[in-house]
Amino acid sequence: MSSTTDAPTETPRDDVRDAEIARVCAALGSSVVDSLVKPNDDMWIRVTADAWRSTAETLKSLGYTYFGFISAIDWLPSPYGRGEDDPTAPPVERSSVIKQGYAGGDTRFQVIARLVQPFTTLGINIKVDVDDSLMAVDSWSQVFAGANWHERETHEMFGIGFNGHPDLRNMYLPTDFEGFPLRKDFPLLARMVKPWPGIVDVEPLPGDDSEEEGDAS
Amino acid sequence: MSLLGDRQQLAYIAAQAADARVNVELETEGMTLNIGPQHPATHGTLRIIARLDGEQVLWADPSCGYMHRGYEKLTEVRSYPQVTALVNRIDWLGSFANEVPFILAAEKLMGVEAPSRAQHIRTILFELSRIANVTLFLGDLGVQLGAVTPVFFAFRDREYVLNLIEGATGGRFHPNFDRIGGLKDDLPAGFIDETRIVMKKLRGFCDQIEDLLFGNEIFQSRTRGIGVIPKDVALQYGLSGANLRASGVDWDLRRDQKLPLAYDKVDFKVITHPDGDSFARCWVRLQEVREATRIVDQLLDTIPAGPIMAKVPKIIKVPEGEAWVSTENPLGEMGYYVVSQGDMGPFRVKIRSASFNNISITPWLLKGVYVPDIITILASLYFILGDIDR
Repeated sequence: MSSTTDAPTETPRDDVRDAEIARVCAALGSSVVDSLVKPNDDMWIRVTADAWRSTAETLKSLGYTYFGFISAIDWLPSPYGRGEDDPTAPPVERSSVIKQGYAGGDTRFQVIARLVQPFTTLGINIKVDVDDSLMAVDSWSQVFAGANWHERETHEMFGIGFNGHPDLRNMYLPTDFEGFPLRKDFPLLARMVKPWPGIVDVEPLPGDDSEEEGDAS
Repeated sequence: MSLLGDRQQLAYIAAQAADARVNVELETEGMTLNIGPQHPATHGTLRIIARLDGEQVLWADPSCGYMHRGYEKLTEVRSYPQVTALVNRIDWLGSFANEVPFILAAEKLMGVEAPSRAQHIRTILFELSRIANVTLFLGDLGVQLGAVTPVFFAFRDREYVLNLIEGATGGRFHPNFDRIGGLKDDLPAGFIDETRIVMKKLRGFCDQIEDLLFGNEIFQSRTRGIGVIPKDVALQYGLSGANLRASGVDWDLRRDQKLPLAYDKVDFKVITHPDGDSFARCWVRLQEVREATRIVDQLLDTIPAGPIMAKVPKIIKVPEGEAWVSTENPLGEMGYYVVSQGDMGPFRVKIRSASFNNISITPWLLKGVYVPDIITILASLYFILGDIDR
């Protein structure tokens, strides 16, 4: 549990993760673009696309031998919002400004992977920008055999290629499926044809007028 | 239970599987065997295409997607409280356990921590869903090897656990009970006493299964030395849960990770087995049910008083950020990578389910095995289709 909000007076420190990220960054050298440690929570690094494969090799030699997952994030805000628009009404204008997440980023798509040191259970999230014109990064499947299926899944869901992957067949979808379902500009058709009835979920309960809007933000 | 005498044989079989050495001298005409999608041994709709040389598998290719429901896309159009209803259906035998890591990730982003009573009850329900899940595995295991009796015991005894879950949450299979900041309700009256009785019954069930199945000669000869996964291979495929511990990796997220759950208040053993074969995986699971009943018993003694819900706003907006939380689910490590952009719903959720990784080893593992062993190996890897396809 992150203690950032629990104890705002003192800056939380996490010597283990700070030392670990220093070790990782030193080993990876100039290929690290950005790094972030959230105390008592997790570590993030972002590497250059050229060094994507060698990052896996280096981290594996540093003890990150447990393969967590590989996936991607499409940072474009969905043009369809949360799919709660009335399909009969005129379309709503939405901002398409990309807000990047932890450890920054310059492109719309990012591939994210997670590796863990099995005996200290320190995990690290590794991000890499995917160039919009190339739409491909190197494959990890020669370094971590488990990456094979994860890359296949990412390929069919986001349309991101993995250079050197032995077999990028579709995992779930039919071979002739067009489009990449997890991209934000891929509409969720069920929401396009019928308004979502779940909107009523946030109606205030009868007899309860304590707080209209949350104070979490 | 140790099998040190069989070590050399195990090493031989592991090497054989690793380089897919098939018998070239007795080469026969190849044949492609299609198993599934509708096959009793596939727990749903997994299809396996196997190329055979005589009785040996040259290569096997699992084909998923018959149950792909697109949860990662659907979470992007749901609000945070609505997501639990979806993720319930990922591993449908241990549904409550699917909710917990997602809720913990949302709580982590919000900086909310559930009160200790809620954490405690969460842990109890988490372990109960583990028991319900793995109990069925133990019964089903027998069926896949041709022994029909254990499955009746399993269904009978799982029912007791499901009744407990239903009593506490209202849902037998899909509780949808976990909330951001706590739980929907407190435990019902009489739950503690009833649970104690059931845990005793379940320990009796474990003894029964151990006698009936694990001591059975046919069962042993069909599982020992079959489907050996060495430690380093298990790690690089991201195997988790009992599959990993059966390969001798002493790693359990319940013990090794600090999460706002009550595992630090109980004393339990992490079960490992050095062999990495099908027998080891089944044996580890059997012991884990025993251990889970002990965890529940200890937790029942120490339920703290207090509220079951922290103060959270009625309309939940999660601040910007990214969080990863994974827990030791019945099938293995189940994690959610949640990206929030300050909205009412998540921006992106990556669901890292245990079975997807666990089953991704099958093309490697099935090389060179004999056809009947495909069923044993798949049964011992233990996957739930909803957990592979999501």
